[in-house]
Amino acid sequence: MPTLAFTPQLRRFTDTPEVSTDAATLRAALEAAFAINPRLRGYVLDDQGHLRPNVVVFVDGRRNDERVRLDLPLQPASRVHVMQALSGG
Amino acid sequence: MDDRAWVATRKGLFELQRSGLAWRIARVSFLGEPVTMMLPPQADGRMLAALNLGHFGAKLHASDDAGASWQEVEVPTYPEQPADASGPEWKLVQVWALEAAGGRVWAGTMPGGLFESRDFGRSWRLNRPLWDHPGRAEWMGGGNPAPGMHSVSVHPQRPDELMVAVSCGGVWHSADAGATWALRTRGMKAAYMPPEEAENPNVQDPHRVLRCEAAPEVLWCQHHNGIWRSTDGGLQWQALQAPVSSFGFALAVHPQQPGTAWFVPAVADERRVPVDGALVVNRTTDGGQSWRTLRQGLPQQHAYDLVYRHGLAVGRDGRTLLMGSTTGGLWTSFDGGDRWSTVSLNLPPIAAVRLC
Repeated sequence: MPTLAFTPQLRRFTDTPEVSTDAATLRAALEAAFAINPRLRGYVLDDQGHLRPNVVVFVDGRRNDERVRLDLPLQPASRVHVMQALSGG
Repeated sequence: MDDRAWVATRKGLFELQRSGLAWRIARVSFLGEPVTMMLPPQADGRMLAALNLGHFGAKLHASDDAGASWQEVEVPTYPEQPADASGPEWKLVQVWALEAAGGRVWAGTMPGGLFESRDFGRSWRLNRPLWDHPGRAEWMGGGNPAPGMHSVSVHPQRPDELMVAVSCGGVWHSADAGATWALRTRGMKAAYMPPEEAENPNVQDPHRVLRCEAAPEVLWCQHHNGIWRSTDGGLQWQALQAPVSSFGFALAVHPQQPGTAWFVPAVADERRVPVDGALVVNRTTDGGQSWRTLRQGLPQQHAYDLVYRHGLAVGRDGRTLLMGSTTGGLWTSFDGGDRWSTVSLNLPPIAAVRLC
């Protein structure tokens, strides 16, 4: 069953559940996490449901550069990591 | 007398409390996070703070106890963008204005949206009549990629009467709580446009628009290309010339005296620093016919502080002033600006100050 984990950087803002889901796509897996904590959606996706520009998703160690559809198929053993891009300030 | 103040900074929200002729920092909320605007506590203690987390977007937090504790609430969110929509993406970049009046809270945002809440920020609705207005197609960014609504001024006696200002998208008036809108920029001119477009209302860049509480038909505007004032609710604007420089961002308007306002001049748009490295405040008490440039207590050598458009505030007494800069300097005056004293020179860059 695919698993989904979020960057610890998000924990100071909102709950970040570790999710095991039978989702077949990346978006469906994200939706499974948002169902547990609806507030999380706005931290990962923007108003239009696109991945935020400074959020990066890795699926099985590979960065997913498609940020609009998020329809990447997941395998039963896929591991999804939602991370933040680095920036200064 | 206003004895509390809030300072929204690049790294947190600071609450100040006044004791005699001094302010002290009483509380810091959201330390480390960019705070772009706050709505000071209402009579029942409820207040709002808008954050811009960068990676994770703009957020809104509400307090029921005047800032002692906070909870995240729904942030204004744009509806689904039609595939054929032109202009900026329908995605919230920043909450840039928060005003409460008549049981409503209004939020002005980048990219140029006006949102309304009737439950004190628990839920929001985009004002579609303005968002769908054909004039919006001509709006453009001013210093930011997308247009931004930074000023929402509600008529003190008629809460359905609104004036909003957009950089760069002009000054808009509604007499029916946002159901219909009309531009009010006659008299304003934009030097950054081709000559034939200089008076196009939709491209004017009002940096800040405020009205006099006691004389609500009197409006002041710090514009990208100078200072304007209106005495008829914005139907006609008169250009004014201030000493040192008429360029700037910040503006404060006396709540009782319609002839009195304060401005913070900077060199020009292409060089946003104080003239000659000296931070000053321009004050007029006669509607802009004459001015005094106030310097006492402000840094007069090698000062490179810019005061953002929400970085200057006057209290209800018309004498207490607070001014915060991009360099993290915070100054106060208790005599209408004649003399200033330093509150801090070490705050994070300051986006907004408000007295309460």
